Amino acid sequence: MIKTVSRLQNPREWLAFIFVWGTAGFVTATFCWLLGDILWHGLSHISWTFLTAPPENAGRRGGIGPILVSTALILGVCLAVSLPIGIGTAVLLAEFTSNQNLFGRMTRRSLDVLAGVPSIVFGLFGNVFFCKTLGLGFSILSGGLTLACMVLPILIRSTEEGFRAVPASYRLSAAALGLSHTTTLVHLLLPAAIPGLLVGLVLGVGRAIAETAALIFTSGYVDRMPESLLDSGRALSIHIFDLSMNVSGGDANAYASALVLVVLLLLINGTASWLATYGLHRKIVTV
Amino acid sequence: MTSLHSNTLFRWSTDDLLCWLLRGLAAIAGTIVMLIVTFLIMEALPVLHRIGLLRFFTDPSWHPAEGFYNLTPMLWGTLFAMAGSVLIATPIGILSAVFCHYYAPFFLARLYRRLIELLAGIPSVVYGFWGLVVLVPMIGEMHPPGPSLLAGILILTIMILPTIALMADASLAAVPQHYLRGATALGLPRWATIKGVVLPAAKSGLFTGVILETGRAIGETMAILMVCGNVVQTPSSLFDPIRTLTSNIALEMAYALGDHRAALFVSGLVLMTMIVALAIAAEWISRGRYD
Repeated sequence: MIKTVSRLQNPREWLAFIFVWGTAGFVTATFCWLLGDILWHGLSHISWTFLTAPPENAGRRGGIGPILVSTALILGVCLAVSLPIGIGTAVLLAEFTSNQNLFGRMTRRSLDVLAGVPSIVFGLFGNVFFCKTLGLGFSILSGGLTLACMVLPILIRSTEEGFRAVPASYRLSAAALGLSHTTTLVHLLLPAAIPGLLVGLVLGVGRAIAETAALIFTSGYVDRMPESLLDSGRALSIHIFDLSMNVSGGDANAYASALVLVVLLLLINGTASWLATYGLHRKIVTV
Repeated sequence: MTSLHSNTLFRWSTDDLLCWLLRGLAAIAGTIVMLIVTFLIMEALPVLHRIGLLRFFTDPSWHPAEGFYNLTPMLWGTLFAMAGSVLIATPIGILSAVFCHYYAPFFLARLYRRLIELLAGIPSVVYGFWGLVVLVPMIGEMHPPGPSLLAGILILTIMILPTIALMADASLAAVPQHYLRGATALGLPRWATIKGVVLPAAKSGLFTGVILETGRAIGETMAILMVCGNVVQTPSSLFDPIRTLTSNIALEMAYALGDHRAALFVSGLVLMTMIVALAIAAEWISRGRYD
């Protein structure tokens, strides 16, 4: 990174300095407040039994065991469908089509629109298409598929950016060595593009776990242990929503569930950034 | 890049196979939007056929049971909440990115970026819950009743901030280093460099970020549903409770039948129209970005 001149020569520079640091401080403080509040109220209710026991009395008592299982299943379905489609599309857009290509442009435009589609509209669509038309009913499968549609644009956009960030010299060298495009892709471009892919994955998983509106009308409210992917299952975020809005006296368990959700996201983020800094570096050096 | 067909020395059949596989996957990804629009229209068509589009804006009120379907109060709710939060979040987000790149020491920038990334992943329902138990009572003390447009704007601001901050961060990182070297060689101080060189160079990325956050603000459902009070009315002050298009769908979809259900799909279509308009605006603003 290039150092800019850091002398504070005039009032405008001073003002900007104070403003930028002030903004950063303000944002940090707000987020510490939010996380601190959830940690403070949630931590006392967390225990092994809370994580494994089924909810009782509409969630006021008991735990979130079946809800965690449902959440994991929904996320699993979502990733199993969206990862192959997402990475494939990103590779096609970044490496195999020129910018003038009609198919590429159409796909990109339709993904730009998809990225902005409100989650509740995904809920409406999932309800009509997956639950009714395909006959999957209120099920984990419907919920996961709806979420897969939802995270695709984020996944594709970041992965594509990752591929575009790989220097052109990599491709030219590979072409000069007579490597096929498939080999170039698998051994050279894919490892080099992993930071973008991981950012996409983190944002995608974040959006999927965070999602409530798209799931209410697709995976449903049932808080029993799911027996198959065709069972209705309540995601953790819906559980929090239900406890705080519809169940009086559910705040304590809502806090604890929110804490579990936030900790899960922390773990996912941590893994991804660890992968991006260490796992990736080694791979590129050995290639 | 070197395109697929420029390699004339060797033709590998695996390459063709791969290319067709990728095209198939991309076709699936590309058709989802069309599927969504088709199904929304199909479900909305019965009521559009019967009462026409105009009555959704001219009816006296939103009382689906009595056959009144005025969406305008909800439309205003959505627009006000969106405008307020985008106006607050955009400068904060861009300044956050500037902080990471040009003001913070290295370790602090890394820490701050982690924080923003974490926040990008925090569920809307957690923000909504926090808003419900912390923010709403605070606003209620200041100016009852508490659940209000203001609460919605504040929560939305916090929620869309990571979107714009991360986008701005990425586009600042993409500013060519020699621009900065040039500015340093000219002896420009830091803020002058940022304002005169960096921000104009990163413009298209920043605009894309604003479009993305606007879309997120329009589409947000749960947090808004939890803190805004959900009264169907056009707000006359920041402290009035509002109901947005999105929360209206979430609230009524569970029991809506017949025309009422179709009317909810119409509001889904209205949301889609706004999103498509945004996407067109984005295309128009950042035209040539991929060229």
